[in-house]
Amino acid sequence: MAYNSADIAAFKNVWVFCEQRQGVMMPTTFELISEGRKLADELGVELCGILLGDNVDGIAKELGGYGADKVYVYNSPLLKYYTTDAYTKVICDAIEEIKPEVMLFGASNIGRDLAPRCAARLHTGLCADCTHLDIDLNGYINFLRTGSSLDVDNMNFETKLFDVNTNLKMTRPAFGGHLMATIVCPRFRPAMATVRPGVMTKRPFDEEGAKKVAIEHPKFELTEADIKTKVLDVVKATKKLVDLIGADVIVSVGKGIGKDVEKGIALAEELADVLGGVVGASRAAVDAGYITADHQVGQTGKTVHPKIYIALGISGAIQHKAGMQDSECIIAVNKNDAAPIFEIADYGIVGDLFKVVPEMIESFKAVKNK
Amino acid sequence: MKIFVTVKQVPDTSGKVAVKDDGTLDRASMQTITNPDDLNAVEAALELKDKYGYKVIAFCMGPGPAMIMLRELLAMGVDEAVLVSGREFGGSDTYATSQIIAAAIDTYGVEEDDIILAGRQAIDGDTAQVGPQIAEKLGLPQITYAGEITKDGKTITVKRILEDGYMMISVDTPCMVTCIKELNTPRYMSVGGVLEAFEKEIAIYDYEKLKDHPLIDATTIGLKGSPTNIYKSFTPPQKGVGMMLKGDGKDTTNELADILAKKHII
Amino acid sequence: MILNQKYETLRKLYRQFAETEFTKEIMDELMETGEFNWDMHYKMAKYGFFGVKTPKAYGGAGGDYIDYALMVEEFARVSPVLSLYANTPNSLGSGPILYGGTEEQKKRFITPVAQGKEMMVFALTEPGAGSDAGGTTTTAILDGDEYVVNGRKCFISGAPMADWCLTFVKTDPTQKGSRGISLLVIDMHLPGVSVGAHENKMGIMGYPTSDVVFEDVRVPKDCLIGKVDKGFPLAMQTLDGGRLGVAAQSLGIAQGAFEEAVKYSKERKQFGRRIADFQAISFMLAEMATKIEAARQLVYHAAELKNINSPDASKVCSMAKLFASEMANDVAAKAVQIHGGYGYIREYKVENFYRDARITTIYEGTSEVQKMVIASHVLK
Repeated sequence: MAYNSADIAAFKNVWVFCEQRQGVMMPTTFELISEGRKLADELGVELCGILLGDNVDGIAKELGGYGADKVYVYNSPLLKYYTTDAYTKVICDAIEEIKPEVMLFGASNIGRDLAPRCAARLHTGLCADCTHLDIDLNGYINFLRTGSSLDVDNMNFETKLFDVNTNLKMTRPAFGGHLMATIVCPRFRPAMATVRPGVMTKRPFDEEGAKKVAIEHPKFELTEADIKTKVLDVVKATKKLVDLIGADVIVSVGKGIGKDVEKGIALAEELADVLGGVVGASRAAVDAGYITADHQVGQTGKTVHPKIYIALGISGAIQHKAGMQDSECIIAVNKNDAAPIFEIADYGIVGDLFKVVPEMIESFKAVKNK
Repeated sequence: MKIFVTVKQVPDTSGKVAVKDDGTLDRASMQTITNPDDLNAVEAALELKDKYGYKVIAFCMGPGPAMIMLRELLAMGVDEAVLVSGREFGGSDTYATSQIIAAAIDTYGVEEDDIILAGRQAIDGDTAQVGPQIAEKLGLPQITYAGEITKDGKTITVKRILEDGYMMISVDTPCMVTCIKELNTPRYMSVGGVLEAFEKEIAIYDYEKLKDHPLIDATTIGLKGSPTNIYKSFTPPQKGVGMMLKGDGKDTTNELADILAKKHII
Repeated sequence: MILNQKYETLRKLYRQFAETEFTKEIMDELMETGEFNWDMHYKMAKYGFFGVKTPKAYGGAGGDYIDYALMVEEFARVSPVLSLYANTPNSLGSGPILYGGTEEQKKRFITPVAQGKEMMVFALTEPGAGSDAGGTTTTAILDGDEYVVNGRKCFISGAPMADWCLTFVKTDPTQKGSRGISLLVIDMHLPGVSVGAHENKMGIMGYPTSDVVFEDVRVPKDCLIGKVDKGFPLAMQTLDGGRLGVAAQSLGIAQGAFEEAVKYSKERKQFGRRIADFQAISFMLAEMATKIEAARQLVYHAAELKNINSPDASKVCSMAKLFASEMANDVAAKAVQIHGGYGYIREYKVENFYRDARITTIYEGTSEVQKMVIASHVLK
């Protein structure tokens, strides 16, 4: 029978695209597997990983440790490096054959290349860059209780259009973080989502799960003729990129360092060193060329939730706030007492960062040495 | 030798964004701009035009006021502009949108040595989906996140930027490439360009014009043809106001350090 | 006047360019060194700013006077001196040839100016002759196929960078006053041409001004623009248009200073309140805004009259220049006042606007000369 994405009853199980690069699993994959486990449990179905590469069986078992019941592995020299054509074909063929009801991708530069292509081919809906996923309606309502300004107790969540208890509810920021939208894909399957890296929580690794996980190698067809692009070279950045997502402490600089960029960055680095953190930056600082883009925090940069976030000379544009407001403790230093960053700061100091930061470094050092 | 550039008019989310009481965006109160990444695509197209003599055609799906934006692109050096506009297209999600734009581009006609350029993503939705989905609907190969584009005969080579490095990828035309900010700095309009732009006709592709295209079908366009729907929309909660410390001297930073130490934050 | 979409789009371009390209670093450097910024010159040329209203046939964009006035206004709003970079080739540095040159001369001289490849300056003023051209002592005597030019022109804006000098010379000393004056376009690279020391000015720093000295300079006959002995009307015609440029520049200066004053009065707190909340300040701002708007309407109206070549254009251009330049001095002074002590400090933009505003009631005909022009029209 021909594949029909509208035949909802034919689809079952939750799938996660397990992204690897050069044979190493991307850390986001474990977050997605952990989140996928939650969704599969809410649906009462299996969680399956789909892993493509060249000789990648070795990294498949680990997925079981984070909750995968099964991993479909597709090995081929043609899958060694990511190409849109090869990966789309293998994944779409697998989905048409096995029919999962939910399909998750990491919202990496690869996931966001691959997922829309698959959704278009499969004629189904895709929600980009999700920050929250629910199947269970009560779970969703509880999320809204703290995650929104809605009066959830006086709201109607039922609809005649679809079953609110079994459809995946995909929540994501829109309009630069000013709005949140929850998207559903009620009439087609699989419901597809790309998920923002660093947002979902990785479960503790479970040895038993890793032993139990089933590894399958379904048959698939892929020839060189299927691939229209040619990968000439894959280059890893030689300079170590800043790992903002994993950092416990981030000291970020904004336009306010413009008076003396070198000194401003040096101060931020020194403060970060004292606290064992890394240096981040606002989009304005990156756009002004003060610092490279890998430092950028915010909507178009990275979402972070460190234990301590120190904003130096950052006014607090909504995009920036969206990227860091879930930090556990926010400290802001800004000359302008009306800067929006103070609205979300736990501690604010109005003053010139070039004066305040050296003092702060000394004070923090003194406390640390006690 | 044509380059199609897809562009979108978006509310300027970098400025003040007004949200109405019902949780939807108050678009009327907001400035509209050309989506920033799309300007990088336009610039890339114009650079290729300067070098190889392509004809550059901008395609925009949106309501009538998007005309003004198209004029600005003509003023930068784009040769022709097409506004894809119709009530039937309203409410489209990325799937339906890509379907319509693909049909529009195909109606204009894609030839062997043509390129389609798009911005990576639009700042209102930040989905990055429409570019790849247009490529899929047209059956063309795609390269996203282009940080460099070069051309040698019918082969386009792109430096595709990844989080941890980059890939060099080549592909033969026709193809789709999506562009990022790092690719270039968009040029300004020129004085002569503005004056000429207001003498040019902007073509309008409405439902009538596109309805016989195989991709256009009531079940695949507009709100009804969109696989995804918005279930709820809301504003994120505002975090409570914290503690403003007095002064900017050593006493202040000592006080902060003590508080943080007491709370075991440092 | 309500501007149409074309004008608004041009304004957007001008504003975008000025706000992005006229950086603090560049403006500080102009003020500190007083040197001409060639990079900015070429960048402006690239986008067609030097030939806004120059016909397409001579390398321009073929725009109208409003297209042009909007540019000068928007550029001056950010940097009054950089507005001059773009103003000159549209105005004094091409006008006389557009009005009096032959087709061949227009192609030869105006095209490179409109494209920014060559620079042309306008030299009327002499140590003993300003608005009163009767005192012109620079002479040109025909000798075979060449004019031999001797004399000195002073306060020539842009002379040190110029390739060509539009020089008003006495060709018939027997004729009195403004008669017997001819216009020569003189190659600045010819033997005998030299420029004096750069003048140390109060404002408009970064656009050098100097004397131009001619000593037995032999100028080919085909560099005569218009008819011999009939050059002075070309100067007047050009200055008519030039006045519109200065009026637009004044408008921009006032707008820029006003915006700084508004911003500052909202930020600055005294006695526990924003100073904008004091009536003394808010009324001042209200007056400033009103005068700026009145000047704006007058400037655009003058440009409109130039567009249709109205007989009233000359009078209204003088009115616009008179009103806008006096207004700009008033508004800039108030903007400094609102800033208090900070307004007297270089780091604050209003300090620069204030000094730059000062020239607008002086150059291209003082306010008093404008009144003479207006009076001569109304008393006709």
